[in-house]
Amino acid sequence: MKLALNEDQRLIKDSAAAVWKDRGAVERLRKLRDAGDATGFSRALWDELAGLGWLGLPFPEELGGVGLGVTELCLVLEEAGKTLAPEPLLATTLLAGSALLLGDSDAARTTWLPRISAGEVIATVAWQERARRDEPLSCAAVARSAGDGRVSLHGAKREVLVGAQAELIVVVARDEASGQLGLYAVPGDAEGLTATPLVRVDAFPCARIDLDGVVVASDARIGGAELLATVLDRAGIGLAAEALGGMSAAFEMTLGWLRERRQFGVPIGSFQALQHRAARLYIDIELCRSVVMAAARTADQPGVPAAALAQVASLALARTTDTFLRVVDEAVQMHGGVGMTDEHDVGFYLKRARVVAATFGDAAWHRDRWARLAGY
Amino acid sequence: MSDLDGFRAEVRAWLEEHAPISLRGRPGDIFHGHWGGRRGGFESPDHERWLRLMVERGWTAPTWPTEYGGGGLSRAQDAVLQSELRRLRLPPPLIGFGLVMIGPTLLEYGTEAQKREHLPPIIRGEIRWCQGYSEPGSGSDLASLQMRAEKNGDGYVLNGQKIWTSYADESDWIFCLVRTDPAAKKQSGISFVLVDMDQPGVTTRPIKLISGASPFCEVFFDDVKALARDVVGGENNGWTVAKALLRHERTMVGEVFARSVMGAEAELLGLAREALGPAEGTLADPLLRDRIVQSAMDERAFMLTIQRIQDAAKTGQPPGTESSILKVYGTELNQRRRELAVTLAGADGLGWEGESYASGHLALTRDWLRSRGNTIEGGTSEIQLNIIAKHVLGLPDGGAR
Repeated sequence: MKLALNEDQRLIKDSAAAVWKDRGAVERLRKLRDAGDATGFSRALWDELAGLGWLGLPFPEELGGVGLGVTELCLVLEEAGKTLAPEPLLATTLLAGSALLLGDSDAARTTWLPRISAGEVIATVAWQERARRDEPLSCAAVARSAGDGRVSLHGAKREVLVGAQAELIVVVARDEASGQLGLYAVPGDAEGLTATPLVRVDAFPCARIDLDGVVVASDARIGGAELLATVLDRAGIGLAAEALGGMSAAFEMTLGWLRERRQFGVPIGSFQALQHRAARLYIDIELCRSVVMAAARTADQPGVPAAALAQVASLALARTTDTFLRVVDEAVQMHGGVGMTDEHDVGFYLKRARVVAATFGDAAWHRDRWARLAGY
Repeated sequence: MSDLDGFRAEVRAWLEEHAPISLRGRPGDIFHGHWGGRRGGFESPDHERWLRLMVERGWTAPTWPTEYGGGGLSRAQDAVLQSELRRLRLPPPLIGFGLVMIGPTLLEYGTEAQKREHLPPIIRGEIRWCQGYSEPGSGSDLASLQMRAEKNGDGYVLNGQKIWTSYADESDWIFCLVRTDPAAKKQSGISFVLVDMDQPGVTTRPIKLISGASPFCEVFFDDVKALARDVVGGENNGWTVAKALLRHERTMVGEVFARSVMGAEAELLGLAREALGPAEGTLADPLLRDRIVQSAMDERAFMLTIQRIQDAAKTGQPPGTESSILKVYGTELNQRRRELAVTLAGADGLGWEGESYASGHLALTRDWLRSRGNTIEGGTSEIQLNIIAKHVLGLPDGGAR
């Protein structure tokens, strides 16, 4: 495992930086938020991402992908994170995409992955039911036999990323007969499925999903609890990369302010009290970069054991969620009054950091899992 | 690649044939091993033989040029050599500040004559060096140093005092920062001079620390002589050389703390199980358990950062700014670990000496006390943060040093 970018990876990172930046950073999210845009992201940009191959970066070429890995996707996500881009790359390619890619069903793979890569399908995974991640995962949603080999899904899911826009929702439900968790591929427009948009602080698209007897064929089941664990860990690593981008951008913004803002006749960045705090943030961000790089490369190792993947995912999420929150808290504080205004962009990072920290389990949850994995 | 494989095979065969059996399985590090020098005795005849064999191949300084007695290896070959030494868990044949500090500095700034005079005795382990930087009135503000070097014939007469000089009482030569031009402003009147300590007027006095150990000394200079040819980098140009040397020192410190933090989780967990129970299963105290995890995660993140810096260097990328974080983070990490260790041990971590305490517990206490100095020595954390703020983040200089 080499913690350095190769030539191809550097090209991807550079072009990702250009693509997101060209669209205007936080300004774009602000406009979508203020307009109450029902889609919540740019479909035109989504098509462009498909054209660049990024929606299928970690999928094999025969399934419409590029045949690269989580490592490369994380570079794109990091750059997206810098601009707070709400396009559902993480939900579609890394959550639902990983479930399809690594799941049991060839039919589902060949049906959906080429369409995801082509930008025709927005996809997500509906797994969360409680406010906080728990272990074992609470899952009151059930899959009930509906005759003719079909099952019907009942229950409710919350915090489903891009849930109201997704054409494919991978739903986690417990088989009523066996008690086993299952992942079921469900079309977003299935009868009995209701998506209610959630307006959250970060203004990224998200929804509550109600399943009232959604009937699917039995081959819609693409995997069980082990698949879900792997999917959540891969997506968690992607989210950590996005968080790395977010904290880097908020930090850069703050450094700019420290150089520019003058009080007592000098730039406030010349005050040692602020310099040392900025230096400490820098240290923590660099440590985050190392763990994100290592976690993404671990996810790409063929046949990586689930426990090893879980351990690096927890390391990456514990560090990045904590550091992102600390960086944005400091960013607002150092900006002073202007940091409290809606007009300034820094508040968007603060809000996003809070959402990121509660998405796949917060730092405390991941530290607890680390200890459980290590046997203490 | 096949060249390296061939080199590996050669090294492996040579070590298998020559490395003393008694030393295998006894790895050291850059602070634990044979320091060399005029007074340096050997732990055993095998240690002496091991040094002699390695010196013959130039492998005490593997990457230094062969013309001075070094091994002439590329970095890649050196990595192979080190991994083969690790494979047999052999101690380094020789350690010391000659190899990691003054040697690399002479290779960069020394004249040909200086290299020919000073590098071979370092490589052969004949001369042990120490570093004369800090003075009683010049710690973080190093450039305010007062030790004087006055021209006298073809040399200098030195008067003044150095402090916090590691192992000065066991060293043969000292490299010193001295003031050669009292009229010049601070940094510009300083020279970097090499001084033979075996002469009248040099007095060393060990300083007892809170841990009970005395790794540091005061060194007094009373009309001590230095030769003009032993000024490195030119008169009044010592600050440039000093900064270059500090870069070598910082890299070394990073490696030291990489080693010091390794294995923290296992050690802390062992202490926790002993003190809290149960031996198996979830630790009884969830808060201490969380602190152990934090320590383990900090360690992993730090080690991965060191690896990232090394991997970037291997791919030929210019050194990034990340290495500036190693000193401040590595030292604080070690402090947190040592603190947590004595915390977990409870009353067992309070012993100073005596038969009533296990030697492992006594070491915990001493290591905790010693670790408090980590964030002071080699440039305080506050100075490191200043450097990051100004030179990495580009924040404006406000007069605060």
